[in-house]
This record gives sequence, structure tokens and C-alpha cells, in this order.
Amino acid sequence: MLAILRDLLRYNIEFRIGLLLVGTVLGMAMLSFVSPYSPIDVYVAPPDVPPSEAYWFGTSSRGQDVFWQLTFALRNTLAFGFVVAILSRILSLLIGLVAGYKGGWVDRVLMSINDTFIIIPLFPILILFYFVLRDSMSWVLLAVIMACLGWAYDARLIRSVAMGLKTREFTQTSLFSGMTTREILTREHLPYVMPIVFSTTMNNMNWSIGLEVTLSVLGFTDINTPTIGGMIYWANQHTAIVAGIWWWIAFPVIFIVMAFVGLYLLAVSMNEYIDPRSRLARVGGGGS
Amino acid sequence: MSAPLTVDNVSKTFARGGLLSRRRVAAVSDVSFTVGANGPEIFTIIGESGSGKTTLARMILGLHRPSAGRITLDGTDLATIRGSAARHAFMAKVQPIFQNPFEAFNPLKRLDHYLFLTARRFAGASSTAEEERLTDAALRQVGLSLAEAKGRFPHELSGGQLQRIAIARALISRPKLIVADEPVSMVDASLRMAIVNQFKALRDELGISIIYITHDLATAYYISDRLIIMQKGHVVEAGDARTVLAAPQHPYSRQLREAVLLPETLAVPSTPTLSSTP
Amino acid sequence: MSASPTRPEGVPSTERAGPVLQVRDLQAHFRTRYFGVNREVKAVDGVTFDIRRDETYGLAGESSSGKTTLIKTVAGLVKPPLEMVGGSVRFSFLPGYDALHRAPPQEVARIRWRHLSYIMQGSMNVLNPLRKVGGTFKDFAARHMGGPGPVFQEKVVEHLGRLRLDPSVLQAYPHELSGGMRQRVTIALATICRPEFIIADEPTTALDVLVQKDVLGMLRSVQREMRSSVLFVTHDMGVHAHLTDRLGIMYAGRLAEEGPTRTLFERPLHPYTRHLIASLPRIGDDTPRKALEGSPPSLADPPPGCRFHPRCPLAMDVCRTAVPKMVEEEPGHRVACHAVSGERAL
Repeated sequence: MLAILRDLLRYNIEFRIGLLLVGTVLGMAMLSFVSPYSPIDVYVAPPDVPPSEAYWFGTSSRGQDVFWQLTFALRNTLAFGFVVAILSRILSLLIGLVAGYKGGWVDRVLMSINDTFIIIPLFPILILFYFVLRDSMSWVLLAVIMACLGWAYDARLIRSVAMGLKTREFTQTSLFSGMTTREILTREHLPYVMPIVFSTTMNNMNWSIGLEVTLSVLGFTDINTPTIGGMIYWANQHTAIVAGIWWWIAFPVIFIVMAFVGLYLLAVSMNEYIDPRSRLARVGGGGS
Repeated sequence: MSAPLTVDNVSKTFARGGLLSRRRVAAVSDVSFTVGANGPEIFTIIGESGSGKTTLARMILGLHRPSAGRITLDGTDLATIRGSAARHAFMAKVQPIFQNPFEAFNPLKRLDHYLFLTARRFAGASSTAEEERLTDAALRQVGLSLAEAKGRFPHELSGGQLQRIAIARALISRPKLIVADEPVSMVDASLRMAIVNQFKALRDELGISIIYITHDLATAYYISDRLIIMQKGHVVEAGDARTVLAAPQHPYSRQLREAVLLPETLAVPSTPTLSSTP
Repeated sequence: MSASPTRPEGVPSTERAGPVLQVRDLQAHFRTRYFGVNREVKAVDGVTFDIRRDETYGLAGESSSGKTTLIKTVAGLVKPPLEMVGGSVRFSFLPGYDALHRAPPQEVARIRWRHLSYIMQGSMNVLNPLRKVGGTFKDFAARHMGGPGPVFQEKVVEHLGRLRLDPSVLQAYPHELSGGMRQRVTIALATICRPEFIIADEPTTALDVLVQKDVLGMLRSVQREMRSSVLFVTHDMGVHAHLTDRLGIMYAGRLAEEGPTRTLFERPLHPYTRHLIASLPRIGDDTPRKALEGSPPSLADPPPGCRFHPRCPLAMDVCRTAVPKMVEEEPGHRVACHAVSGERAL
């Protein structure tokens, strides 16, 4: 794994740029731990100060330092994306691998559930959840809801790979070596779907962050937890653009775009090198 | 003494098509035979693609249930096998060998992993030393040793070596029956006879019966004791291998016999000095 | 590598225009770079042979023998990582170029299908799955035969008749035809311009036994009728025995032996060929067959000298150091083996 990372750094420009962007965003998020302010306190700084030496990214109309506010917002947004991605990856792996390997009625049942989730209109459902739950809607709950809604496409993708793996002869060899279904899925098939899991993790993070930002901007989330969307929501509430407080919107947008592009580049470049085929080519498999 | 496999009026139909318009397609129709009733033997199933030979093999391996009929091994009806303990006991008795040796092992995994696992799950090995001992013994039966296979990945070995390791893996559980589906069709010509001769040795030295599935009449003639010829799921001819192949009776068998490209009229080269290994 | 190719002395003087294909000391290597590590696989390493007018030349070899690379190079499919690093591939109908991929595209377009055509294993690659077979023929005519028309239609039907194919196949979609029928249609398409040279790469390997024989028979009759040359590649010795006039045996990137097919089957000289022929099981023959020890060498790191020596029962000291040259042992029968040539020299 270390060798792969080293090779990627040395030979892949996309990976380098992606790593730089994500690294910057992550570094920013990490700074939140040394913030002099609490993220929920308002009027801790003079309002509406443009970027200056004292306040690098300026201050908001709510009297918050945009720089430090942004560190909290990035941390929460990235954590949100990560939790959604991890939870939905687990779901899609489990359902995709089992459906693909078992086939028959198991596959038919799982795939009809899967297809239901694919065709559910996401946005109205999320807004509905907000109206039902209102105050009890925390970002953790939202993450769980979005994970439950965001696994279906990738489960289908994983299932199609698993169906191919099932017919490979080594699956039969594993079976007749005494492996249980769980062992076959985790030891033999998982390495083949990991590239999909990796690349979809990044894409899924992008998807969930994007959706969270959209919901927050419209005010359909817990607006008291600072997120990128939440920042933009408050900026809009104070008509920041009209008032000329551009830095309140510009910095969150710049950083979220950096996160998007960085994650996308990482997904693309890593996919190329984690793919078993290219890995095999590298270790010298495949003949003339 | 080898345990007889009995295949009794076995048929298999598959459902095709969508949710509403499901058609049933017969892959195997009313096939009966026994293997190993009079001691270990090599029993060959000859057929082209679509003959149902692979479906039949998968039913014998317990991977498909017959739609009708009964398959019994050692007196146990395969349909009554339930639960993992019973399945494992069955798998220890019947082991498969596949067509493509490069596909038989996960290319991302080390080979010995499958061998050790088989020793642990089927041969009762409880320690690493015992696993290695059983694996080495099996590998020696196919002319290899653990030292040659340990820690190696599939791509580091030739097709012939891999196929022999696949055979060795099957031997670890001391099976009564080996089902080999086209085991030499993807193996290079210079290595092919090593595999085929290996099957003879398994029968003669270890008393294992082998179901050899092929479309190649020449190797079938070379190694089999008895055979059946299948066409579109039906057995069209059955009997002693030499008798059937020397003078096939059914029109389809005759056609197959005539399609053998290497004519006997082409003189066999006289190279007796060469064929004896120095 | 010796620069002077061994010109077979026994080429019949009746050859008017010389061979259709002349391959001289061909070297084709795979050069790959993975993460800064260079690998060079010498898949074809010094191969010389001719293919004459009106003959079927067979090329046999195992999976790592380099036969696939050889025909790729002959067919001009030289793309990285494959590189032609030495030697020449000259076609009589493409004068002035020493390899097909080095000729300009308009020259290649001129000779393709009219002079040189291909029959590959997967017939689905040639036939457009969305068009009826007749449509594919029409497209083909528009591109290579100066437009469709009643004349062309007649020609197609006549050609199909020659191949004993019913004209109704033109009304069918490729998926409606069986594998054997599709491969026949592919052959019809490849031969309709009456090419002088046909490259056939394992065209019957995916087919069933019964169908294979028919397709081979058809290929032979069309070759006889057009007096064209066929380079037929397969690992199946039975197919070679059945179809080819002359046969070249490749081992680890080099030609081990070449000669008339019948001679090679009856009097093989090279120890590898002798083993290959002797180990073929035949119906009615119960003698035990011996297997060859060892396995084919890796082309990334082949043994020095004769590449067969680690497996050869006749290996001598010289085999471990010197590469054996192709020597003509009898007219038209060449072999690269120190042991064979040494015996004759004594």
C-alpha cells in the first residue's frame, strides 16, 4: 500500500494535485481544533470587516471570523460526507456481493429493494424528513438517512462484478477448499470490488456533500451546526452579496470546490492503480 | 474400493426469460449411469457445447439440484445433503478440476492458501506443520513439492504446473471421485500428456475414480475405461471406451468420430530413443 | 543475431514471382514501463520464413511461443508496447516497404481486403451486430469495391454459392446465425475480393468439433479455387495435419523447425517437434505417451543458447551457449538444432 502511494506520487500528476487540494482542505478543517472561538458564538468580532491582517478571510455580519468559522464548517461537512460514504459503502458492498453471489430469489428480492431506492426521488424525501423531524434533525441523523438512500446505484455496480466473479473458476476452487460463503465474499471477491468501493467513496462524498450544501442553503437542515451549506445559508439570510460582504460566500465556495475537485482527482487516479488488472500487470502477470 | 456414484434418470431444466414469460429449457434429459461400481475407473462424458455435459458435472458436484431423478454417492442422495457439516463431508469425497488452470486460483492470492485451507477443512489438519505435511504429500503425488509452490502466485507458474497443483489440491481431502471438466483443453500441448497421465496414475495408484469431461475423442480414447456420448442433453451412446470409439453405432457418434482431424493413416514417427527420459 | 538470413536452397524453381510473403530475421519485442521499471519481452526473436503462392502455411506453437506476436507483426498491428526492432516483413504486392505498419495509410487501404485479408477468432468483431449480413456486405463493397450495385449483388451471391452458403444468410442478423455459420460468413467476406494473402488466426478454435471440420474444408476449397496463400495459426496439431501444406513450429520466440506438413508429421527432426508429434493421442493407439519435463521458458528471461535445452533429452554443452542456426536438412525441411545438424555433420 505504501509502495502504491509512493508510485502514485511519483508518476501521477492528478494524484498529486488531488492530494494537495484535499490536504489543504483537511488541514483547514484540522485548524478548527485550535480555534480561539466557539463556532456557535456570535458577535465575537467586529461585523463586516473585509479580509485584513487581523481577519484573513474577513468577518461576517454575525460578528464571526470567517476563517475560523470556515474551519469548523469544513470539518463538519467533510465528516458528514465521510460518514455517509462509509455507511453507504457498507450497505452497497453487503447487498451487492450477496445478491451477485447468491443469485436466485435472494438476488431478486434484494434487487427489487435496490431498484425501489434508485427510483425514489431523493430531494423531496429529504425535505419531508426535515419537516417530520424538525428540531430532532441532527447531522448524524441526516447522514444515516442519506446513507440509506445513497447505496443503491453502487450496489448494482458491485452486484454486476460479483456475478462475474461467481462464474470464475477460482470461486469454485474456494468453495471446494472448504470456504464458507462469508469467506468467499470477504477473502476472494472483496479485493476485486475494492477499486469500485474506493472510487465510489470519493464520488459518494461529493454527492452527499453537494446534497447537504443544497439542503443547508435552503435551510432544511440543523442550521446551528456550522457547515459549508450553513455558512452560505446565513450569508444569504444577511443578504451578504447585496451588502457587498462577498468574502462570507466566496471563501466557503472556494474551499468546497477545492474539496470536490480534489476528491474527484483522487478517485480517478487511485482507481487506475488499485484496479487488479493494472496491479497484475505491475507484478508481472499476463504474458506476451 | 471406490464408492459408486449412481446417476439415476437425471434431468435438469432451467428457467429462462423475464418475470412473466418464463420458458423452461432442458439441459439434461433422463441420464443414467454408474461410476466406480467395479473398482476405480476413468469415466468419460463426451459432448460438444450445449450437450449438457457441464450441467451434468455441476449436478454431480452438488452445485445444481436435478429437476428430476436422483444422484447418489456412497449411498447418500445428494438431495438430502443439508447444512454445512454434511456439505463438507460430501465435498471431501467429490472434488473438481477445472478447464483453465490460470483461472482456477485467485490471481491476487498465493496458491498455498487454497492447499492449506483444504487440508484444514477436509483432511483434519489442526496445525501448520500438519497442513504443510499433507499438502507436501499431495504435491509429491503429482510430481511437485511444497517448496516449489509455497508463497507463489498463480502467474509465476506455467499452465501445466498450475493444473497439477489444482489436482494436488483436490487430492488433499482424499476424495473418492474427481470431476474434471475439460482439464487439458487450455493446457499447452507439451504439458497436456503430463496431466492426462496423471489421471491414469490417480486411478491406478490411489484408487480414485475420475469423471473426465471432454470434446476430444483422442484423449478420451487414451485414458478412459467407459464413456457416454451426449447430444443436446441426451445420452446417445454408452459403453466401453475402446469399443465405442473404434466402431461408434449412433449416427452422431459416427459424425464425431469422423471429425477427428488427426488421421490414423498418418504414420506415427519412430522416435523410441527420445521418448525414454534420460 | 546473424544478419544473413538462411535462404532456403530448396525453393522450387517453378516459382515465377517468388514468395508472396518474405519474413527475414524478424524481431518483435514488447517494451513496457511500469513505474519506471523497464521490461523487454522478446516475443519474436529472429524468425525467417517464406510463404509461397497457392499454399497454406501453418504456424504452430504453444501459448508463450510468440506465434500471436508474429502474426500481429505480419498483419501490421504493431502498436506500443509491441515494437518491431529488427528484420523485415515484405509482401510481393507491397513493394518498397519492409513492414506493413511502415507503409502509408493509403497504401495499406489499397491492399487491404483486395490483396491481404484476415480471418480472426471472434467473427462478431467483423460483422455489425445491428445490420443484416447483407448490409455488412454492402458497406464492405462501398468501401473496398467501388460501390454496391447489381453487379456486386451478383458477385456476392456467386461467391456465397462457391462457398456453399445459401444467399438467405444475407437477410439474417449475425446473432441469428450459429457460430459456425458466422465464421463461414466471415470467411466469405474476407475472400470476396479474391485476396492473394489471407491471415487466419485460430479461426476455428472457438467452434465445435463437427463445425470446425466443415469450416476448415470450406477454407481449403476457397484457397484452392483462388490459388491464394494462407498463413494459418493454431496450436492444434490436428488442424495443421488436416489443412496445411507446410508447417512452421515455433518455440519460445524462434522457429524450431519448418517443412512440408506431412514430412514434419512423419519425420520430425527437432526434439521438440518429435515430442509434440509423438505425444499426440490417436484413436486406436494404446501406447503410453510420455510427457515433456519442465515448462516453456519465460520470454522475459529466456535461457541462453538454444531455448529448448532445459527440456531437451538430447541437450549437449553447445546447446547451452550457442543459438542453433536454421539448417536445411533436406530440400524444404529446415531445423534449428545442434544435435540434428551435428549428427549430419559427422
